[in-house]
Amino acid sequence: MKKRSIALVVYFLFLLLPIYWMVNMGLKTNEEILGTFTLFPQHPTLANFRTIFTDPGWYSGYLNSIAYVSMNTVLSVLVALPAAYAFSRYAFVGDKHMFFWLLTNRMSPPAVFLLPFFELYSSIGLFDTHIAVALAHMLFNVPLAVWILEGFMSGVPKEIDETAYIDGYSFPRFFLRIFLPLIRSGIGVTAFFCFMFSWVELLLARTLTSVDAKPIAATMTRTVSAAGMDWGTLAAAGVITILPGALVIWFVRNYIAKGFALGRV
Amino acid sequence: MQKTENNKAWFLVLPVFVCVAFSALIPLMTVVNYSVQDILGPNQRVFVGTEWFLEVLQDEDLHDALIRQIEFSALILLIEIPLGIALALALPTQGWRTSLCLVLLALPLLIPWNVVGTIWQIFGRGDIGLGGYVVNALGVSYNYTAEPLDAWVTVVVMDIWHWTPLVVLLCYAGLRAIPDAYYQAARIDGASAWAVFRYIQLPKLRGVLLIAFLLRFMDSFMIYTEPFVLTGGGPGNSTTFLSQYLTTLAVGQFDVGPAAAFSIIYFLIILLLSFIFYTVIQNMGKGGAS
Repeated sequence: MKKRSIALVVYFLFLLLPIYWMVNMGLKTNEEILGTFTLFPQHPTLANFRTIFTDPGWYSGYLNSIAYVSMNTVLSVLVALPAAYAFSRYAFVGDKHMFFWLLTNRMSPPAVFLLPFFELYSSIGLFDTHIAVALAHMLFNVPLAVWILEGFMSGVPKEIDETAYIDGYSFPRFFLRIFLPLIRSGIGVTAFFCFMFSWVELLLARTLTSVDAKPIAATMTRTVSAAGMDWGTLAAAGVITILPGALVIWFVRNYIAKGFALGRV
Repeated sequence: MQKTENNKAWFLVLPVFVCVAFSALIPLMTVVNYSVQDILGPNQRVFVGTEWFLEVLQDEDLHDALIRQIEFSALILLIEIPLGIALALALPTQGWRTSLCLVLLALPLLIPWNVVGTIWQIFGRGDIGLGGYVVNALGVSYNYTAEPLDAWVTVVVMDIWHWTPLVVLLCYAGLRAIPDAYYQAARIDGASAWAVFRYIQLPKLRGVLLIAFLLRFMDSFMIYTEPFVLTGGGPGNSTTFLSQYLTTLAVGQFDVGPAAAFSIIYFLIILLLSFIFYTVIQNMGKGGAS
């Protein structure tokens, strides 16, 4: 038991050190970051954070990211719910192929696919809108959402469905009133994963936007200026990018702890 | 679970199919188009058949990048999966410590990938970064910008730092789903900790491990942003992985044809390997799992 705790402490130290370094950098001036090695900021400053909260070029990036990430999370979970139910309860023509095909959509190497994506979304007039990024990110989030939700749903005994039908529930009413509350925790976990993968994705989001929907990750790549890289502001921005997701995981932490029985496989 | 035959279930899957197909099929078709054409101008395209494919298959640099990529993916899977399982087993199971651990675990996952590269770029430097400074202070000479081996180690350690939490979170959730009755039965039988792991926990984790394994395989095989920011593929070509080589081809040299042909080969490699893993893990231990 003791060995276990020591191993855990060592691991979490390893996990937190780079994050500490980021926070540390965020509180320093660029001269201090690049000049000397200091374990703590010698002259802690909030200037980097102030820049981010006062410059619209910076904070609009967060607002844009939050907008398309929320859209993506809601849409992904909404379309994945009925599909996951179908996969967990019914056998139908091509179900196994369909399931694997969904997974293959996480496998397209981005470099060359970016151009067709750009052309596709420009041609339907969605370029530089939040919904374009949200839709594009569904490509890799929906398969994952279906996969995770299906696991949770397979953990719910089928007798519950049958009893409800005998009691005269229609399918939509059964699904909304009885089934969804049962897999609440699964929806929480799925939402977290969708949120996370959409939040950190850079290449697609950057390709599909220019000004109005520019994500924070893309804003951060512009910290290179004539005066060199603005490390301090970049680190401060990095610290702030963690916060929304940390909030989400805080809300779903108990659901994860409850666990999910993955029935498929 | 016994499933009911019902083809009407397709109506439930249809929204997913439409959403995904919209973003998946049209770009894929375009890439297939690129791969068999030589684009000379806006309206000048020549059908070249398999020329690009043959050219790409004979590219020596690409072979090196592919081998490097396979080594990288194999290495991080061999480290991250066992480490993730071990950590999930060691995590506290209740109280505020659990909440704290889960939230901390999620932190690396929530940092945009380019920022991950940037943090490690500074963190790994011997003069001004904590990581490099500590390693040097321990008497190990370490400089990831000059030594290929050090660069490799840095990229691997960065990936372990970044993605092990995903494996831990999935495994932890899977472990919590095992009913207490199994453990009680094991206690009555006087099973050792290893036996409990081998015959109860591991078989029950198969589902989540399949997800974790495939996600890590696909994402590591397509890794781009983090090493690009960290090392830029160097020193030399020592950390140039497939995606980055592909980007050089597509954007740097603007050879859309070969790049598209290569994308398709790339996609097929991932597809094939994923299919093998999927099938193997799905059938693994089916007999002994009960």
